[in-house]
Amino acid sequence: MGKAWKFEDNLNTDEIIPARYNITIIPLELAKNVFCEIKPEYTKTVQPGDVIVGGQNFGCGSSREHAPIAIKGSQAKCIIASSYARIFFRNAINIGLPILECPEAVADITEGDDIDVNLATGEIFNRTNGHQYQAQPLPQFVLKIADAGGIVNFLKTHDIQELLS
Amino acid sequence: MGTLIEEIFSRKARRPVQAGEIVLLDVDHIMSHDNTTPLAIKAFREIDKPILDKNKIVIHFDHAYPAPNLMAAEAQKRIVDFMKEQGITQFYHQGICHQVLIEEGYILPGRVLIGGDSHSNTYGAFGAFGTGLGSTEIGVAWSTGKAWFRTPETILININGQAKHGVFAKDVMLYIAGMLGMDGATYKSVEFAGSYIDNLPMHERIVFPNMSTEIGAKCGLIAPDQTTIQFLETETKARGPFEMVKAINPNYEKVIEIDVTNIGPQVACHPDVDHVQPLEQVEGLEIDEVFIGTCTNGRYEDLEIAAQILKGHQVSKFTRTIVTPASVQIYDKAMKNGLIQIFHDAGCTIGVVGCGACIGRHGGLLGPGERAFTTMNRNFIGRMGSPQAEIYLGSPAAAAATAITGKITDPRIYLEA
Ligand code: SF4
Repeated sequence: MGKAWKFEDNLNTDEIIPARYNITIIPLELAKNVFCEIKPEYTKTVQPGDVIVGGQNFGCGSSREHAPIAIKGSQAKCIIASSYARIFFRNAINIGLPILECPEAVADITEGDDIDVNLATGEIFNRTNGHQYQAQPLPQFVLKIADAGGIVNFLKTHDIQELLS
Repeated sequence: MGTLIEEIFSRKARRPVQAGEIVLLDVDHIMSHDNTTPLAIKAFREIDKPILDKNKIVIHFDHAYPAPNLMAAEAQKRIVDFMKEQGITQFYHQGICHQVLIEEGYILPGRVLIGGDSHSNTYGAFGAFGTGLGSTEIGVAWSTGKAWFRTPETILININGQAKHGVFAKDVMLYIAGMLGMDGATYKSVEFAGSYIDNLPMHERIVFPNMSTEIGAKCGLIAPDQTTIQFLETETKARGPFEMVKAINPNYEKVIEIDVTNIGPQVACHPDVDHVQPLEQVEGLEIDEVFIGTCTNGRYEDLEIAAQILKGHQVSKFTRTIVTPASVQIYDKAMKNGLIQIFHDAGCTIGVVGCGACIGRHGGLLGPGERAFTTMNRNFIGRMGSPQAEIYLGSPAAAAATAITGKITDPRIYLEA
């Protein structure tokens, strides 16, 4: 359960976190400035389990990993967007930030709605208006990476072959 | 059986693979450069496992080389120390990573390469799968030799017709970017085919996969043919036999037909690469800097056409004109054949080989309010320095013509028919 934070289409990595704050790669440090220019209230009131709701081409721009790390560091549970920029998509998975694609949910959710997400099944439930949406369930290997807290952590205790087995 | 990307992945995975399937593939080479290697080293250290095969690793210094400031110098020293410690010897600093990888023979049809650089798509011009990844995955691949991929669906772009005189691959690719938009091919493999592509020499073909990044694609591919093989054997260190991968009964998600006959010179206007207009729409716009170079258009033939136009002319007094060969090999040939002399005589500045002004780190930054006309592949706000500067993109011929007049200029007035 968590609150929905809504963002526009084509949200770029500089809007997620301006490049001038990319001087660290510590998640909690980066999280202090996430969305600071476009939604300054976010860092003040975000709660663990809140959900980021974006539009199309979420995370376009730079290939730097700071943007998904900053969002993950802010304790958001996952992102729901209509689509993602390609490298952001991979980076998010590899750092263990779950991301769902669901245009119906994006169209229907308004900022502040109370959202429940089942990452394994892809079910999204909007407690505020009672609507339910279905995203593609996350592939097993993505859940494995997310459970481990990212691919680097996964590899500390597993062989890479275990990703797909 | 399948699209070119399904064929390449199937060979690597040693089983038939179709679009939508997730695969874990052995990568042939892992490329990173001065900008992306430091974070890869960090990930690698955290994983704390040895390098699987150091012959897979290739490291380039090109983005800010030689170091223009202390921060870059420190970062580069750390990378050099790391290479010495790990015994990594495939290290290059004689040009832009993508160009040097081609020249050194790392790019072969059917190969799978990943790069800590978004224009790693370039290798698709040779029928190799190349794609850009974040630094963490570079570090992961150093220790595992592998990377995961979702096998992409394919958009076929069939390009036919005969281009008009003075119209280049860059113009056609900009036209495509304008048509499809920045996310027109996100996650997709884009195959470029048709009689126009078949008849193009390699240096022109490369522009398409290189700029497939600008439309969001995972990779851009051209099936290898005789032109590919001949280029590899004569212009690079690659030697056969070559894997002649091709699509077999492919199932395309979408097919786009393009007739180049009526396409004229194109320009991508500030501030987006898909904000593309016919050159005549922006003709006459004043330009403070012309930059000819990059992994898109810094090859010998690009310099040759620019020199042909600039010969006997002077560049406009207030338009600084920077020419940066993409590699030492190209610089060498340009020098031997008198191109460098022509550039000097015309009043151009020759940049240090590498990415140069392309990322606003050194060698030609833009100040606030300045406007550049370049042969680069992207024009993000702030890319060449000031966020208050504007970047326009076009062909090397258009860039050379623009340098002479100081205003965006149709190159055809300087080209004999
Ligand atoms: S030339 Fe420009 S686009 Fe190409 S690799 Fe260098 S910085 Fe990137």
